[in-house]
Amino acid sequence: MPRNFTPKVVTANALLEGDAVWLTDDDRWTRDISQAELITDEAHATLRLLEAQSRVAEIAGAYLADAKPGDNGPEPTHFREAFRTRGPSNYAHGKQAGL
Amino acid sequence: MYVYNDFDAAFVRNRVAQFRGQVERRINGSLTEDEFKPLRLMNGLYLQLHAYMLRVAVPYGTLNTAQMRQLAFIADKWDKGYGHFTTRQNIQYNWPALRDVPDMLDALADVGMHAIQTSGNTIRNVTADHFAGAAADEIEDPRPIAELLRQWSTDHPEFQFLPRKFKIAVTGAAADRAVTRAHDIGLVTVRNDAGDLGYKVIVGGGLGRTPMVGKVLRDFVAKPDLLAYCEAIVSVYNLLGRRDNKFKARIKITVHENGLEKIQELVEERFAAIRPDFTGHDQTLLAEIESAFTPPAFATKSTDGYEAARLANPAFRSWTDTNLAPHKAPGYAIVSISIKKHGATPGDATSGQMRAMADIAEKYGHGELRISHEQNVILPHVHKSDLPAVYAALRDADLATANIGLASDIIACPGMDYCALATARSIPIAQQIATRFDDLKIEHDIGPLKIKISGCINACGHHHVGHIGILGLDRAGVENYQITLGGDGTETTTIGERAGPGFSADDIIPAIERLVLGYLNLRRDADETFLQAYRRLGAAPFKDILYPREEKANAA
Repeated sequence: MPRNFTPKVVTANALLEGDAVWLTDDDRWTRDISQAELITDEAHATLRLLEAQSRVAEIAGAYLADAKPGDNGPEPTHFREAFRTRGPSNYAHGKQAGL
Repeated sequence: MYVYNDFDAAFVRNRVAQFRGQVERRINGSLTEDEFKPLRLMNGLYLQLHAYMLRVAVPYGTLNTAQMRQLAFIADKWDKGYGHFTTRQNIQYNWPALRDVPDMLDALADVGMHAIQTSGNTIRNVTADHFAGAAADEIEDPRPIAELLRQWSTDHPEFQFLPRKFKIAVTGAAADRAVTRAHDIGLVTVRNDAGDLGYKVIVGGGLGRTPMVGKVLRDFVAKPDLLAYCEAIVSVYNLLGRRDNKFKARIKITVHENGLEKIQELVEERFAAIRPDFTGHDQTLLAEIESAFTPPAFATKSTDGYEAARLANPAFRSWTDTNLAPHKAPGYAIVSISIKKHGATPGDATSGQMRAMADIAEKYGHGELRISHEQNVILPHVHKSDLPAVYAALRDADLATANIGLASDIIACPGMDYCALATARSIPIAQQIATRFDDLKIEHDIGPLKIKISGCINACGHHHVGHIGILGLDRAGVENYQITLGGDGTETTTIGERAGPGFSADDIIPAIERLVLGYLNLRRDADETFLQAYRRLGAAPFKDILYPREEKANAA
C-alpha cells in the first residue's frame, strides 16, 4: 500500500542571499514558514514544486519539506527544517537575528 | 614562504574574472542552478542551510601576516566578522551573499590566495604537517613538495573530473601530524638506507562512510620521481575508479576492490610510461619553490626570562605545558594558539582575533602562521624569551586557553548548524563537553585526549580517528550520537570501534563524562593515556561504563 501523503511546504534557498525561503499560495517567496502554503494533496504538491523549480532567477534547490498546521500557519516537523526557520545554534545569526 | 609568480597571479585573477561572469549570468537567469553548481563548486562556493559558504584554501596550512589580516578584512566586509578554520586547513565563511563572492575572491587574490579546487571531484587543497619547517623531529620541510603538488594539481587537465574528490597530505617527519593514513594519497618523508630523501607513499586511506587506513603503495619513492609517481596514481584511479556509485568512487574503494597488488602493478606500469616525460622542469621548479621556504634567521639569545616567567606565573606555566612543541632551533618553541576556548565554537576566530594573531606573528613569530587540521592556529617560530609577551598578547585577544591536546581541544565539523549534508549538530555537543570538563577542572588530570565530532557519516570531524569519536545521526527524526572508541589519527592510525547504541543529545554529554571519569579509575597510573588504557584493556570495561548493567537489564 502506498504511504499516506503527509502535508508539505515548498522550500528553497534564495538565490542572492542563500537563506531559506518558502512558497506562499500567491506565489511569493517568504522568509517566514508560517506564511507558506501548506499542501495536503500530493498531485498539487508535485505541480507546485515544478512551478517553484522553474523560477531559476529567484531561488535554488527547491524541494518539498514535511510540515504541519500550527496556530499561526505551517510549522516544520523535522529538526533540520526547524533549524532552517531560525539559524545556527552557536550564534544569534540568520533568521533568529531579526526576532 | 612561496609568493605567487606572474603566471600564478594571472591565473588566479583570470579565474576570478571568469567566475564573476558566471555569477552575473546566474543572477540574470541565463544559467540554471544545475548549470551553475559545478562552476561555483570549482571555486569553493557551497550553498548551505542558511546561506552560501565560501571555502578558501590555506595551502599546506601556511599563512603570512598580510594574508591573515586580509582574511579578517574579508570577514568584516562581506561576512559576519568571523571565519571557521577546518580540518583540512581551509577557512570557511558562512554568510557571503552571492553577488559579493567575486569581490571576496579578488580580495583573496590580492594576497595570493584563492578558493579553487576546495570542492568538486578534483585534487583538493594539499595539506601538510602544521609544524612544517619548525618541528624538531622533521627530516625535511614538506611544504615545497606540497606547493609543487598544488601547482601541478591546480587546473590539471587530466584531473578536473575525477570519479570523486581526491585529497593529498604530506608530512616531513615520522610523527604523523597530517593524518596521512586517512588521505587518498599520504606522503611521509623518509630517508632510504643510502641516505637519499624520498617518500613513503600511502594510498587509499579515508574516513567517511567506509573508513579505511591507507596502505603503503611503495616504501620509497625518490624525491625526483615523486610528481610522476603521484600522477601515475591519480591517472590509474581516474580510469579505474567507479563512476557508477558515488559511495564507491573514492580511491580507497578502488584499492579495496582491486587489491593493493593490482594497483601497484598498474601504477608502476603507468609510472614507467610517463616518467620519461618528466624531463626535469618539475625539479627546476621545485628548487625555485624550495628557495622560497628558507628558514627565518633565528636569533640566539638567552631564555632566562622565560624560565623566570614560568616560575612566577602559574597560568603562564600551565599554558607553556600544553601549548608548546619542540622546535628545531635552539631557544625556540612552536606555539599552538587554541581556537577552542571552553564553550566557544571549535575553529572559529573573530576578525579581531585574526588581526591579533597576525600582529603577534609579525612582532614575535618571524611573520609566519599555520592552520592545523585540529582547527588551531600555530606560531611556528617563537623565541622562548618572547613567550611571556606572546602569552600576554594572546590573553588580551581571548586566545590564551591552555588546552592543546586535552579533552576540550575538540575537533568538530560545522554540523547541522550550517551544513546541508549534516544529519545532526556537532558544535553544541563540542561546546557542552568543553564547558563540562572546564567546570570539573579535571582536563589536566585526564591528560592527552582527542575527542572528535562529526555531524554526519562523511566524517569531516574525523570522529573515526578520535580516541573518543562522536557521530551525530538522525534516528527517526531525532538527533542521536554514536560513540566510537580507540581511534588514532597519527602514524599508528586506527579506526575507532563503535561502542554500542547511540545517545540522545541530552544523554551524550553525561555519557562522555562517565566514560572519561571511568577511565581515570581504569588507568594504571597518571601517565597512562586514555588511548593506552583502551589498547591495554580493550573495549569491554569502557562499554560497561557507557552502558551500566542495570540499564542493560531494563532495556532487555
